[in-house]
Amino acid sequence: MANDNAKLSKNLLRMKFMQRGLDADTKEQLEEEERRIISDEHWYLDLPELKAKENFIIEERSFGPCEDLKYGRMSFKGFNTDVEKLMIVMNAPNEEELEEEEISRMETDITDEDMARRYESLVGSMKKKFAKKRERSAIKDVNQNAIETQTKKAFLKPQD
Amino acid sequence: MQACFKDKVGDVLLPGDVFSFQMPESITDSKPEKVVCGPGLRRNGDEVLVCKSGILRHKQPNLYWIDSQQRRYVPGKGESVIGIITAKSGDIFKVDVGGSEQASLSYLAFEGATKRNRPNVQVGDLVYSQFIIANKDMEPELVCIDSCGRANGMGVFGAGGLLFKVSLGLVRRLLAPQSEIAKDLEKMFPFEIVVGMNGRVWVKSKTIQQTLIVANLLESCENMTAQQRQTLFRRVADGSI
Repeated sequence: MANDNAKLSKNLLRMKFMQRGLDADTKEQLEEEERRIISDEHWYLDLPELKAKENFIIEERSFGPCEDLKYGRMSFKGFNTDVEKLMIVMNAPNEEELEEEEISRMETDITDEDMARRYESLVGSMKKKFAKKRERSAIKDVNQNAIETQTKKAFLKPQD
Repeated sequence: MQACFKDKVGDVLLPGDVFSFQMPESITDSKPEKVVCGPGLRRNGDEVLVCKSGILRHKQPNLYWIDSQQRRYVPGKGESVIGIITAKSGDIFKVDVGGSEQASLSYLAFEGATKRNRPNVQVGDLVYSQFIIANKDMEPELVCIDSCGRANGMGVFGAGGLLFKVSLGLVRRLLAPQSEIAKDLEKMFPFEIVVGMNGRVWVKSKTIQQTLIVANLLESCENMTAQQRQTLFRRVADGSI
């Protein structure tokens, strides 16, 4: 009865439901065998490695970008006003260029000094916003330079 | 790399001329600049072959092409052309653009078109449209909208008016920035013109007579110097022709 286990074929032992009863040694042996089979069956092309060369020549099949051709619909002397509007839009220089121009102009609009001055005043008002109500009144006091001795708040007994 | 091109800019080149970029061993470490070769130039491995006869042109920074004269149209991606609808089959139209093969145009590629709302396009209509696919191995495909889904003047047009063919060189001269011909035409009388990169031109004016005048002028512009053209335009403006 003890020898029964040894008679079981390898293919049978490899099955999922047989794995539980196997001890570590036989398990490893089976795995080893499986790995060998896989590596034997794995085949590859006996070729030199392909080298991807960077291409420095780009092809362009159209005349459009070469000669900066204009929009193909034209209308003259107000024959078709829709097309005349389109002509203005389509023949306008690239939007990117326009945007760049705008950005550079915007930069000159507000100088750094103006910006600094603006933020200087902002610091105070932002501080005020985050301060609690009681602190806020204290800030106001400081600003007014009227240093009052704060009377300690205490319960006052109402008069009869 | 660009030096070989720079020498030849403005020269006449013939098909079969070769530009090769065999780098001397010493300067292989320095990275070569990229070169864009336009129409008339073809890449073959590391060299550039000339495949049309004409003048080599250059545009900054690194664009080179051959300025050639031809009448046969070869579709190019992004080009706007005038097509004629030849067939309606299912969800695509077949369009004749004057190339070797008919282009296909989806019925959904019109402004505002949906599966339920089909565009009203009949066989024989003219469409001004743009190539979205155009290469030597595939069927060319047209669209009548831009990437934002707007028509921008594309789509069916051409009620009345006259369609005729001119050479591709003349079309490019008409569409060139600061085109002399366009400026001369502008001064005449109110009319509308649609110029396709495939050599088709459509003209419409108030009267048939004026339409014919514009068409004849354009056809005769093909082989005229600027001076001859201006005298002709002046005579037309005077009403002597």
